[in-house]
Amino acid sequence: MVTTQTRIETEAEVEPASLRLREVSKTYRRADGVETVALEPLSLDVAAGEMVALIGPSGCGKSTLLRMIAGLERPTSGTLRLGSRPIEGPGAERGLMFQDPSLFPWKTVRRNIETGPAARGALRECKAEVDEYLRLTGLEPFADSYPHQLSGGMAQRAALARALVNHPRVLLLDEPLGALDQFTRMRMQDEVIRFWKTRRTTTVLVTHDIDEAIYMCDRIVVMTPRPGRIDRVMDVPLERPRHRNDPRFLKLRAEILEMMHLSGEEEES
Amino acid sequence: MAIQVLETSAPSPARHDRGEAVERRRIPSSWPRALAPAVAAAVALVLHLALPDRQPPATSRPFAGLTAAMLAVALAAAAVQRTSGRLGAWARHRSPLATGVVLALAAWDLLTIKLAWMPLPYFPDPDRVLTAMWEDREALALSAFHSLRLLACGYALGAAAGLASGVLIGWSRSARYWGMPLLKVIGPIPATAYVPLAMVMFPNAFASGVALIAVAVWFPVAMLTCSGVADVPKAYLDVARTLGAGRSFLIFRVAVPSALPSVFLGLFMGLGAAFLTLIVAETLGVSSGLGWYLKWKQGYLEYAHVYAALVIMSLFFSGLMTLLFKVRDRLSGWRKGMIRW
Ligand SMILES: Nc1ncnc2c1ncn2[C@@H]1O[C@H](COP(=O)(O)OP(=O)(O)OP(=O)(O)O)[C@@H](O)[C@H]1O
Ligand SMILES: [Mg+2]
Repeated sequence: MVTTQTRIETEAEVEPASLRLREVSKTYRRADGVETVALEPLSLDVAAGEMVALIGPSGCGKSTLLRMIAGLERPTSGTLRLGSRPIEGPGAERGLMFQDPSLFPWKTVRRNIETGPAARGALRECKAEVDEYLRLTGLEPFADSYPHQLSGGMAQRAALARALVNHPRVLLLDEPLGALDQFTRMRMQDEVIRFWKTRRTTTVLVTHDIDEAIYMCDRIVVMTPRPGRIDRVMDVPLERPRHRNDPRFLKLRAEILEMMHLSGEEEES
Repeated sequence: MAIQVLETSAPSPARHDRGEAVERRRIPSSWPRALAPAVAAAVALVLHLALPDRQPPATSRPFAGLTAAMLAVALAAAAVQRTSGRLGAWARHRSPLATGVVLALAAWDLLTIKLAWMPLPYFPDPDRVLTAMWEDREALALSAFHSLRLLACGYALGAAAGLASGVLIGWSRSARYWGMPLLKVIGPIPATAYVPLAMVMFPNAFASGVALIAVAVWFPVAMLTCSGVADVPKAYLDVARTLGAGRSFLIFRVAVPSALPSVFLGLFMGLGAAFLTLIVAETLGVSSGLGWYLKWKQGYLEYAHVYAALVIMSLFFSGLMTLLFKVRDRLSGWRKGMIRW
């Protein structure tokens, strides 16, 4: 336990956990030759330890961007770097929690969460931690259940625990709390912030929920509809811990809604 | 009648579940229902003893004793059925089936020795078959042992080869390029068609039998393993990759487990093909085993022995199938809605 901890830390000194995206674009080409421009060239820096929200309408390329950072998709143009090293393929240092939980149906919840450590050959040292994550996500009673026996929210919590237990340097969350009810969602937001505070993992969070973005993140990247581009980047100048009823919170929220033309039905002019 | 009413008014939340579950919630059944197997056994026994034989009887007459034993068991089971525990529920569930089996045995006895509607020597009565089974028990046991040995060797070899080539062809693009055409061209030929080839290629009948069975098993196992591995949902592989999985983890800890249902389908089909090939191999060259025994006894028109061998074969094959189903349930119990055996 102690040894892995120090190893990760020294590595982090050599390789800061910051992301540098330069002129990254993605065009999908289907087998029949039809091309979809998912992302137009965009540049973005995420500092080490920062939590950035990515918001934008459906289909604007948010998942595509996360998949490229995770290394599951090659960009059509541009470069992505983690610290000083170009991102060339998937790796354990960039954890991705997918939009749908994608739990392994043949594994129990516990074994699902253990997948990362098992894949890295570090299962023995991580047993206690797996237990802790089971407890924190409230999945202890379901540790030996199979995914098809879980509710949607429980499955998403298990997927979150599976990503977190692997100690990635960069955590990519694709609508991690999307399937949860309002109450569980708010509770989980606090949990995620707590994990993030103790570890200061660089985090990119895709969400459809503007409140969630303001409540959790340091910056909010607003994207345009298809094809995706960065519309603007907004700082969230609120100190933590934040309050959902803070007047500044509500003002920021109103600003973003206004900008996205979502503040209410407008009069025909 | 009163009990009938009770039964229908009893709450049964699991009416749409499988029979067993419904059965367990139901109150213990009535005496007439519980006694059905015993009544059937009594009828069988009375008919067997009362009606005169119309065919020469076998050298020993164990059927009467067997029926009496069934009667005793059925009476005990009737008492068990009135209890509300797991055993009682099981006995209730099996009771109609047991009645059917006993009636079928009684009908067999009637149609053969009692009414002589079925001609000898092709349709011996139960006494003859039981006698044959007992008298020839050593030869039958030895044959079963030889069959099992041949089957186990051939099946293990074929399944191992099928799994290995299936995973390889399913995972690797270049292996698929060369392997798939081979699988498509060679696979569909029934293994028994290779009998002439196997006879000249192998030093003895046992080795050629093993080879034939292995070929028969190899094709379905390889084909279904390959398609299972090739069809692994991409999301599982992506998840594993972002968790730091290397190639061997992706193959053996993600692709293969995900393909297990398909793999087991192949193993079941392979087992069926193995039984068929086993019997053919034994009748054609290998001079031992149940298939050979069957052929040998048929040659002497000893049909009682033929049926005896069929009964053993049924128990033998059914037992192996059950074993494979048990293994599957252990390894892929996570799936819902699987076929039960
Ligand atoms: N594998 C693919 N092949 C072809 N087109 C794709 C593929 N994946 C995504 N796309 C296209 O790329 C665009 C962006 O998709 P993406 O999944 O990144 O959107 P998103 O912003 O995550 O949307 P949502 O908020 O609904 O999840 C869409 O137009 C989609 O049709
Ligand atoms: Mg998406």
